[in-house]
Amino acid sequence: MTRDALARSRDFDRRGAAWYMDRAVTLFVFVGGISAILFIVGIFAFIAREGFGFVFTEFDAGEFFGSIAWRPTSMIERTYGALALIVGTASITGLAMVVSIPFSLAAAVFIGEFARGRTRETLKVLVELLAAIPSVVWGFIGLSIMNPLIIDTFGVPIGLNVLNAGVILGLMAAPIMTTIAEDALKAVPDGYREAAEALGATRWQVIRKVVIPAARNGLVAAVLLGVGRGFGETMVVLMASGHAINLPDSVFDSVRALTATIAAELGETAVGSEHYQALFTLGILLFAVTFAINLTADVIVRGIRRKGR
Amino acid sequence: MTTAPMELFAGTPRNARDHRVEWLVRTLLGMMTALLIVPVVIVLALLVVRGGSAISWEFLTTPPVDGMTAGGILPALVGTVWLVAVALVASVPVGVAAAVYLSEYAPDNWLTRSINLAIINLAGVPSIVHALFGVGAFVLFFRFGTSILAASLTLAVMTLPVVIVSTRESLQAVPRAFREACWNMGATRWQTIRRIVLPNAVSGILTGIILEVSRTSGETAPIMFTGAAFFLPFLPQGVLDQTMAMSLHLFVIATQVPDAPDALPFGVALVLISMVLAMNALSIGFRIYVRGRKKW
Repeated sequence: MTRDALARSRDFDRRGAAWYMDRAVTLFVFVGGISAILFIVGIFAFIAREGFGFVFTEFDAGEFFGSIAWRPTSMIERTYGALALIVGTASITGLAMVVSIPFSLAAAVFIGEFARGRTRETLKVLVELLAAIPSVVWGFIGLSIMNPLIIDTFGVPIGLNVLNAGVILGLMAAPIMTTIAEDALKAVPDGYREAAEALGATRWQVIRKVVIPAARNGLVAAVLLGVGRGFGETMVVLMASGHAINLPDSVFDSVRALTATIAAELGETAVGSEHYQALFTLGILLFAVTFAINLTADVIVRGIRRKGR
Repeated sequence: MTTAPMELFAGTPRNARDHRVEWLVRTLLGMMTALLIVPVVIVLALLVVRGGSAISWEFLTTPPVDGMTAGGILPALVGTVWLVAVALVASVPVGVAAAVYLSEYAPDNWLTRSINLAIINLAGVPSIVHALFGVGAFVLFFRFGTSILAASLTLAVMTLPVVIVSTRESLQAVPRAFREACWNMGATRWQTIRRIVLPNAVSGILTGIILEVSRTSGETAPIMFTGAAFFLPFLPQGVLDQTMAMSLHLFVIATQVPDAPDALPFGVALVLISMVLAMNALSIGFRIYVRGRKKW
């Protein structure tokens, strides 16, 4: 279009009510669109606002990451060693991943590649429903069903421990990982499978040699997102882990997690106190770690998309 | 796979072995899938068996009494309805607007990528961090105090990704030709969206909203410090009141009330999980029904 024609078309452009409405809506949905960014920045800003008072005064990285003495209410000497909490979170998440990674990847391959028709639809719906069970119900299951079960089976005095929280968390994270992993398998073009089948490969050979290598990045992202879920889960670890500050020697030891510490102590602290700010500092740590995990997963997934083009 | 071609190609011993391996792998993976699902189903059955006796009409319609060791769950049920309703009012318009922007307007640039990344992170940030945000922002900074409003806004921010993602998916499922036909008639973008895109996507959006209801009603950590109370014998009168909630009530009864009769926490858990799963099943059923009816 030449300059003249463009100018003439502008003359015809009667900016009526519809035009202004359109502009207004464009602005409205744009604000809605960037709201996600505003919220994520807002989350960091508000927890930093409450927590930085501690970070820049009392905070001692050596003590925070190196000491297990979390004594925020001590009369003699208050210390804020988060090592036991970090180890607690790591041990529960680690066990949960040992439980959930093999099972959810197996389930994803079975549902996505082997199951057909009605079986497949039923399994998908079941997995989706399992993913919907609220975390407080999982915590309650750990407390009231797993706890006596562990005591009876292993003859240990306390059933609220790494084993309990880890298994429950694993069961809880598995459906989510299964869904994401299955999506990754589904993203592999059917042409790949057909080409391999045409060469005489069996279904399993197709899966092992073609589908899984092609979906590898998506599967890694699924595992990472599962780790992020486990790491940030609150109610299960609060109710099923025993909530004792402890470096665990075995899965039968009670531990305490970062998230559970915030949930258990925030209600008892005065707003603005040192202890309160220390809990927000734990929040900053949690935010930073999950942000890093999600970012990594996103970069990995983006990697396959680019290669696929 | 039918048998005829298999017989045709299964001539060599090597092929026969491959098929045996395949059968083994298939059985193993199927068993692992079952192991993932069956224990949970057994546990849910246990909840029904041990909590079923607590459930009665009276249980659903009376407040707790005797230090929460007896009575019903009415204030918690009503409170959860309040929390979910206010959270929906806040998050659905924002979420749908965001989805419309991402699906209908957003160019493929750094801003759109940042929005998508923010959505993923919003869904991935731990629920207790959302709770800290709710305390810092809504309870303290905006001075809503511990109230339904503060708790619901916290829940709304947390479940926003659910609305955005499901709405965006259903908007993108509307064929591009529908829009082009409308633009060619001289309609503006907004007219196209309102008359063509949204009506064709409304069932998908509804599915997402039901899913959000299910998610919101089960959340515990975000409301613990922002508006949900351990025990309130009366019902909330407005959005600035505190309230009981089903999820927190389960936590409290299971951990803070040691002399509650055994069936009571199981009954609360059963009601909560029935609510959540019923909503979820409704959402899935609706989705399958809509997919079956789709005309294009």
